[in-house]
Amino acid sequence: MDKTIEQNVAGDGIDRRGFLQCMAWVGTGLVWTVGAGIPGCSQVGDKAADAADKKGDFSFAQVSDSHIGFAKEPNKDVTATLQVAIDKLNALKERPDLLLHTGDLTHLSKPEEFDTCAEVLKGYKGGETFYVPGEHDLFTDDGKRYLERYGKGTQGMGWRSFDHKGVHFVGLVNVANLKAGKLGLLGQEQLDWLKKDVAGLGDSTPVVVFAHVPLWTVYEKWGWGTEDSEQALDLLKRFGSVTVLNGHVHQILQKVEGKVTFHTARSTAFPQPEPGKAESPGPVKNLAADKLKSVLGVAQVSYVENKKSLATVDSTLE
Amino acid sequence: MRYRCAPAVVLLVVVPALLAGCGPPPAPAPPVSPPPSPAPTAHAEPAMPEADAARVVIDNFAYSPREITVTAGTKVTWVNHDDSPHTVTSTVKPKAFDSGALDTDATFAFVFAAPGTYEYFCAVHPHMTGKVIVK
Repeated sequence: MDKTIEQNVAGDGIDRRGFLQCMAWVGTGLVWTVGAGIPGCSQVGDKAADAADKKGDFSFAQVSDSHIGFAKEPNKDVTATLQVAIDKLNALKERPDLLLHTGDLTHLSKPEEFDTCAEVLKGYKGGETFYVPGEHDLFTDDGKRYLERYGKGTQGMGWRSFDHKGVHFVGLVNVANLKAGKLGLLGQEQLDWLKKDVAGLGDSTPVVVFAHVPLWTVYEKWGWGTEDSEQALDLLKRFGSVTVLNGHVHQILQKVEGKVTFHTARSTAFPQPEPGKAESPGPVKNLAADKLKSVLGVAQVSYVENKKSLATVDSTLE
Repeated sequence: MRYRCAPAVVLLVVVPALLAGCGPPPAPAPPVSPPPSPAPTAHAEPAMPEADAARVVIDNFAYSPREITVTAGTKVTWVNHDDSPHTVTSTVKPKAFDSGALDTDATFAFVFAAPGTYEYFCAVHPHMTGKVIVK
């Protein structure tokens, strides 16, 4: 199946540009692969996807919003659906090198919820998992339990960066110190850290940012945005390829702005309504049992080398 | 911008395989009734004379009523009827009160002894805000 999505942008002197072709695989989502440093998207099991896998230097996957501890409609067993997601990733011909969990591992940040999530993710055979917290992971104890488990190697409330095969990954935390009536928040300390963190990188280094709440304003009324994300994106505007992966909204939403591609992932636990399509962003309940898995998923995108064009992702792919 | 994509084809191809691979669906759940609240701050609400008590319902990611006015010494009780957990967290530092996590049907009560205006919000959904005015 042809999944090419292209938008020609006038050359601006940057040689390596992001080319993002993104396909949501019903029930499993998307796997990201990096080919020559350019992000792209492929569908697991599809011939073109296999080709993309061969071109790509490596792949990684995004899981999000597992909400271990949630046990209401439409999903009374969120642990089982997280397990399905991990099983699907394990079954891939070329397993992603690493997983990114973009937060809300747990529903009420209880110890047993953290334990269960860790247990399931331990079963992933392809590589390590890197986490950023969601608000559900921090809100009951100011993040103590989350940081006990996932604070190692991070700063502040859990932000960190690492490099993998030439790609610079940055995990940001925008769910701590939230203010009444406001959106997600990165905070000055984290922004100062980010500035130093990327200072030594060349403009052509592909950058992948992962954080829980979307780093663009999806829907302010429901708190779906980050107060100071512009400042973070400003620090990254010189880079030729920036990919932002978020969770929180439990659905796929995508946006391309210049050299930055934003993507939110499905949850592995329950879907939420589209912005403004319901009274509130609570779980979508009226789902037939056999439809549940079709609205959950993990994210998979392949980086495909492309000369001077930037991919545009359609947000109605599902 | 050129865009070629065929999600409909994906759906047809993939969903049957998915369902086949996932085993039998779980047994139908018993009739849904709200579970007893596990939150440590939850407690049964004793009967109170109306003048000394006030009630705020949390539902659809909102406090109702969003703003209440009570006399000093009134006990205000919040009850969460929403599917999502919420909190009732004072906005000042140090916090005047904090319910902790309230799951569905959990309650939180606080006696407002001193007059003043007490703003609060939900620590997990900060766009939810409320106010208690104590006279």
